[in-house]
Amino acid sequence: MSDHPLPTRWLRLPRLAPARDGGTRRLVVCLVIVIAYALLAIFGPVVTGYNPITTYVQDRLLPPGSLLSNGSVALLGTDQVGRDILGQVFMGARVSMVAGIATLLLAGLIGITVGLLAGYFGGILDSILMRIADIQLAFPSILLAILIAAILGPSFFNLILVLAIANWVVFARVTRSQVLALKNREYVDAARTLGARNLYLIVRTIFPGCVAPLLVVATVEIGHVIVAEASLSFLGLGTPASLPSWGLTISDGRDYLIDAWWISTFPGIALALLVLTLGVLGDTIRDRLDPKLRSL
Amino acid sequence: MIAYVLKRAGFSLFVLWGAVTVVFIALRIVPADPALLILGVDATPDQLAALRERLGLDRPLILQYFSYLQGAVTLDFGDSYRLQRDAMGLVMERLPATGQLALAAVIFAVVVGLALGLVAALRVNTFLDRTISVVSLAFQSLPSFWIGLVLVLVFARALHLLPSGGTGSLAHLVLPALTLSLPFLAILARLTRSGILEVINEGYIQTARSKGFSERVVLFPHAIRNALIPIVTVVGLQFGQVLGGAVIIETVFAWPGVGRVLVESINYRDYNVVQACVVVIAAIFIVINLIVDVTYGFLDPRIRLGARR
Repeated sequence: MSDHPLPTRWLRLPRLAPARDGGTRRLVVCLVIVIAYALLAIFGPVVTGYNPITTYVQDRLLPPGSLLSNGSVALLGTDQVGRDILGQVFMGARVSMVAGIATLLLAGLIGITVGLLAGYFGGILDSILMRIADIQLAFPSILLAILIAAILGPSFFNLILVLAIANWVVFARVTRSQVLALKNREYVDAARTLGARNLYLIVRTIFPGCVAPLLVVATVEIGHVIVAEASLSFLGLGTPASLPSWGLTISDGRDYLIDAWWISTFPGIALALLVLTLGVLGDTIRDRLDPKLRSL
Repeated sequence: MIAYVLKRAGFSLFVLWGAVTVVFIALRIVPADPALLILGVDATPDQLAALRERLGLDRPLILQYFSYLQGAVTLDFGDSYRLQRDAMGLVMERLPATGQLALAAVIFAVVVGLALGLVAALRVNTFLDRTISVVSLAFQSLPSFWIGLVLVLVFARALHLLPSGGTGSLAHLVLPALTLSLPFLAILARLTRSGILEVINEGYIQTARSKGFSERVVLFPHAIRNALIPIVTVVGLQFGQVLGGAVIIETVFAWPGVGRVLVESINYRDYNVVQACVVVIAAIFIVINLIVDVTYGFLDPRIRLGARR
């Protein structure tokens, strides 16, 4: 990892290596899909005017394309209490993407701080922090998430907290190894000789060199986080009932798989397409930016 | 070798202590009042006080921790609040079902995953290779509960070939084990493929070829053994994810294992059972990691010699 170009500015995005195969097209297709999801997540709920509290008993379990009692058409049908599935799918996109991004920010904040401290100062601090990371890695992360989520109870903030606690280790490890590779480089020594203090050295001199691998980690992890969010919500440990995430809607529809297949199917397709796209995107970006991170 | 094994075993014990402590912190320190957690918000102050005394929650935290550790060493996590029997016994009763599921999934994943990876590597950049890669990536990314529901829809609801859940016959095992194995199988296939492609250009492979060995001899003892090392590590690391996945899959298929007890106990706020479940799953995971580490030392002498320094 020592062959990264010397970072000169605060945050310089790494140049993409030239594509050997159809990587660029794949990258563009994935980005277009992700942007489409983001737009639907932002504007979808505004258009459908989603209301999670009100139930419409007369509109229960209507198939896709049915006319509702208020005169509108439920393109993807309704669920067991008469709520529009399309609205739930849009809302689920918003929940998943916000949860994914917020989790990455929090996990990244914790992990990068730990990694910078452990890598830069070394010694006993490094040993303690990395042993904590080892213990956590020796624990199936979904199990830890289930345990903490069960105690904290379902709320959106708790969900993000739980997912961040379950995912910070990878950020810490990557940051630490990058710091170890960079901290004895000449430009760091030069800055130190010029009188830079530890904080300046860590934040302004070393950290910019960690950005490229961390971006790769973030791209790979966001898909995992969204899957973990959906799994927790599916178990009833994620979002509260008033906030329909895909996992929750899929779980609600399980009892109606024969009579009303559309309840679980549409959020399921939405979730699958997003995580597949993110999987391909993560793979492509990783191969082009930093193939050494392949073990992620 | 013995020193290496002892060192790894010592570290495993340390990690196990860490896991047990995490569970203590999560259940006794994070919630303001565990008694409130168990009884819910409707409980009267008298009920809360009585339960706190019964659970020993009125004692200093450090004493609680030590008696908890003492219990953990003797595998005593108290009684199930819901079923009025000892929590560990309850978990142990369900352990064989989870073991059966995990073992079936791992065996299937290893056999099929290695085979697919090998085929992909030998037919690299053909249509077959690309198909295997794409399908692997899909199964690796998709949430397991989603795969499970799709399999239920196809094989149970539409084709009526297999039961959608429950237990009893070998047919009941097929769908949950398949669901659990698919992400694992996908990772193994991808790793085997890249592992073999990586060693195939190494000098010792060329040496073996130049000695006039047939391609099969070059491939089997020479290439496979060295490609196996990263695979063994990942099998170990991923086993934890398989166990974690089992928690979710058991809920999807109503499979009566530890994962289902865990989720049920969480819903009933039966925290002694939750504790026992988490500690048992973590312990199994840690033991498997230990076995992987030791195997790794056997396969690659550099690692155990490095550890002796």
